[in-house]
Amino acid sequence: MGSPNSGKSTLFNALSGLHAKTGNYPGVTVTRYEGLTQTPAGPVIVEDLPGAYSLDPISPDEQVVDEVLDPDCDRPTSPDAVLATVDATTLRRSLGLIAQVLTIGLPTTVVVTFTDELARRHGRLDLVALERALGVPVRGIAAGDPRAVGELREHLTHARHWPRPVIPPPTDPDEVSGWISSVLASAGYRVPDLDTRSQKIDAVLLHPVWGTIVFFVTMFLFFQVIFTVAAPLQDLVQSFFDWLAGLVQTYVPDSWLTGLLSQGIIGGVGSVLVFLPQIALLFIVISLLEGTGYMSRAAFLMDRVMARAGLEGRAFVALLSSLACAIPGIMATRSLPSAKDRLATMLSAPLMTCSARLPVYVMLISLMVPADVRFGPIGAQGGVMFLLYLGGAIASMGTAWFFSRVTGRRQGQLPFYMEMPPYRLPRLATVFHAVWDACAAFLRKMTTIILGATIVLWLLLNLPTPSAAQLQQAGIDPADSGAVATYTLDHSAAGAIGHAIEPVFEPLGFDWRINIGVISSLSARETFVATMGQVAAASDPENPGTALETMTVDHGPRAGEKLFTPPVVGSLMVFFMFALQCIATMAVMRRETGTWKWPLIAWVYMFGLAWVMSFLTHLVLGAVL
Amino acid sequence: MSEITLTLSRRRVDRPAVIDAGAPSGHTGPGHALRGMQELHEGEQAAIVRVCDGSDAACARRLFDLGFAPGASVVKVRRAPFGGPAVYRIADYEIALRPEQARTILVGTESSEPVQPGAYATRSFAA
Repeated sequence: MGSPNSGKSTLFNALSGLHAKTGNYPGVTVTRYEGLTQTPAGPVIVEDLPGAYSLDPISPDEQVVDEVLDPDCDRPTSPDAVLATVDATTLRRSLGLIAQVLTIGLPTTVVVTFTDELARRHGRLDLVALERALGVPVRGIAAGDPRAVGELREHLTHARHWPRPVIPPPTDPDEVSGWISSVLASAGYRVPDLDTRSQKIDAVLLHPVWGTIVFFVTMFLFFQVIFTVAAPLQDLVQSFFDWLAGLVQTYVPDSWLTGLLSQGIIGGVGSVLVFLPQIALLFIVISLLEGTGYMSRAAFLMDRVMARAGLEGRAFVALLSSLACAIPGIMATRSLPSAKDRLATMLSAPLMTCSARLPVYVMLISLMVPADVRFGPIGAQGGVMFLLYLGGAIASMGTAWFFSRVTGRRQGQLPFYMEMPPYRLPRLATVFHAVWDACAAFLRKMTTIILGATIVLWLLLNLPTPSAAQLQQAGIDPADSGAVATYTLDHSAAGAIGHAIEPVFEPLGFDWRINIGVISSLSARETFVATMGQVAAASDPENPGTALETMTVDHGPRAGEKLFTPPVVGSLMVFFMFALQCIATMAVMRRETGTWKWPLIAWVYMFGLAWVMSFLTHLVLGAVL
Repeated sequence: MSEITLTLSRRRVDRPAVIDAGAPSGHTGPGHALRGMQELHEGEQAAIVRVCDGSDAACARRLFDLGFAPGASVVKVRRAPFGGPAVYRIADYEIALRPEQARTILVGTESSEPVQPGAYATRSFAA
C-alpha cells in the first residue's frame, strides 16, 4: 500500500510479473489486483491496494485500504504483512501515512522508492538510520532496479518475523508532527532540491495562455490518435470477422446454424470487437498522459470549467475517457474522492459521444446530408457530426450539474486536492499493464453480456423460421434470399415487438422496422447499423444506406411515403445522442454503485430526455424542411 | 470501520501552532494578522498557523494528513487562470487546492521574510 504516485503499482508489477489477476471486493466497487511472486520459500500472494493518503478514508478507494488492513477483520483478504511504499522525494508528507500504518500493528516493511531521483536532486537519506528510527525494516528501491526487487522478494519470506516498533507512532496531530520531524532528523534526511525541470515545464504547461494552447493541442492529438490511428486497425479486425463469417458460410451446411454463427455470433461480436483497437489506443494515450504527470495538470486546468457543472477537475479525465466508451469512463470515476461527484460523473458519462455511436451517426448523416454539401471549407456531413459531439458534451455537463445538485444536498463538501507529481518518463511496463487490464475487462464483457445479447437478438429476429409452405402461400420465391429475409423479419418475434411498441415511437416518426433497430441497439448501439441492414434486406448489410434511402412507410396514414425523411433521420440522431442504449454500460454502473437503482434511474432519465428531444427535433425539422 | 480509523476520525486538528518547543501555545489567537492561505501571492512563503475544522472536520483532517499542519511552511507556487485552484508547495511536494479549501487554512508571515508592519510575525518559525 502507499499514497498515489509513490511507485506502488510499479513495485507490484515488478514483484508479480504478468501474473496479476483482478477481482472485486465484496460490496465495495474497486477492482483489486492480486499477483503471485516466487520467493525462496514458495509463492507469496501480493495485492496492490488503491492509493491512499490517509487511513481516515474519504473515498471508496481509501475505504478499501482501511478495510483490508483492519487487523480485527477476519476474512481471507486480510494480509499477513504490509509493504508500504514511500516516495523518497516527498518523505515528509509520506511519513504521516506510515505513522498511521505502523499503529495497526501488522508486520510492516517500508519500501523507499525513487531513491535515484532523490540522489539526482541532491537529497540525502540514510536508510539504515531510517530503519532504526521507524523500528521496522526499510528497503530502498530505485526505478527499474531488478536486484533490489530480488532482495525484496527474499525479504518477503520471513514476513512473520519482521521486527515491529517497540512503541507505535502517535496518532495525535500535535505529536505526529513532532514524530515526523524526529524521524527525518535521525534518518539524516536532506530535502531534495526543487525539481527545476518540472518547474520549467510547469511554467509553460500551466501558463494561462501557453498552458491552455498546449491543452487544446493535446486534446486534438488525443482525438486524432483515437480516431485516425485506430481506423486502419479497426478495418483489419472487421475484415478478419468478415473472413471468418465467410468461412462459416462456405463450410457449415446451409441451415439456420450458419445464420446464427455468421450473422448472429461472428457478426455481432465482430461489430463490437472492432472497438478493441480504439480502447487499447485510448488506454495507451491515457496511461502515457498519466505516467508523465500531465493528467494532473489537465485536471488542474479544467477544474474551473468542471466546477461549473458541479464536478471537479478529475471528473474531466473520466468524461474524456467516455468519448471512446462510457465503460472505462465510469471505471475512471473511482479516483474521485467524493461519492457525490462519482455518481454525477457516472450518470453523465454515457451522454458523451462514445465510439459506438459513430457508425450509427455515419449511417444516418449519409441518409440526411449529401456528401458534396459544403459551407466554406467545412463539409456539411462533418459539421453535423461535430454538432452531435457538441450536443453530447453539453448534455453530459448539464446532467452532471443536475445530479450533483440533487445528490449533493445530503452530502457535505469534500475537499478538492490534487498532487502535482514531478514530470517523469512513463514506465513501459506500467503502460502495458494498464492497457492489458482495460482490454481484458472489455473482452470479458464481450464474452458475457454482449455475446448473450447478440444471440438472443438474432433468435428474436429470425424465429420463427418460415416453412416453405408459408413462403409459397405468401408468394415468395424461396431462392430469393432478400425476399425471404424480409418475410422472416416481418413475422419474427422482433417484428412483433417492433409493431407492439409502435405507439411509443410513433410521435418521433419511427416505424416498426426502425423500432426493431432501436431495440437491437440496446445490446450495443452499433448493432443498429447491422440490424437496419437486415431489415432493409440489403445485399450488403454493412452499407445499407442505399437500400434504406428507397424504403417507404408500409402502412398507416403515411403509407407509400419515404421512410427516412430528414425529420425522421434527425430525430433518430437525437435519440441516439441521449438514450442509454447500452446494456454493458448499465452493467458497469450497477457494479460500480452496487445497486440496480442508479442504472435504472439513468436509463429512465435518458430515455425520457431522448424521447422529448427527439420529439422536438422531429417537430422542428418537420416544420422547417 | 477499524479501530485505527475510528481513532483517526476523532482527531482534532484545529489547534494553533506550537511555535517553539517549550514555549506556551495559544499565542496565536485572534488579533494577529492571520490570512487565509488563498490570499498568498504567487511565490510568497508563509507559515501555517491554523487548520480550521469548524466548517468540515473531515476536510480539515485530510488537509492535515496532506501536510498542512500548524507550523509547516507553505509556498503558493502558481494559480490556475480565472480563479481556479492554486498549486501550493507543502512538505516538499506540490498540491493543488481550490480557494474554498485554501481559505480554511490560516497562515502568518514567516520571520525569515521581511516583516511587514502589522503582519503576523511574533515568533521564529525556524525549524
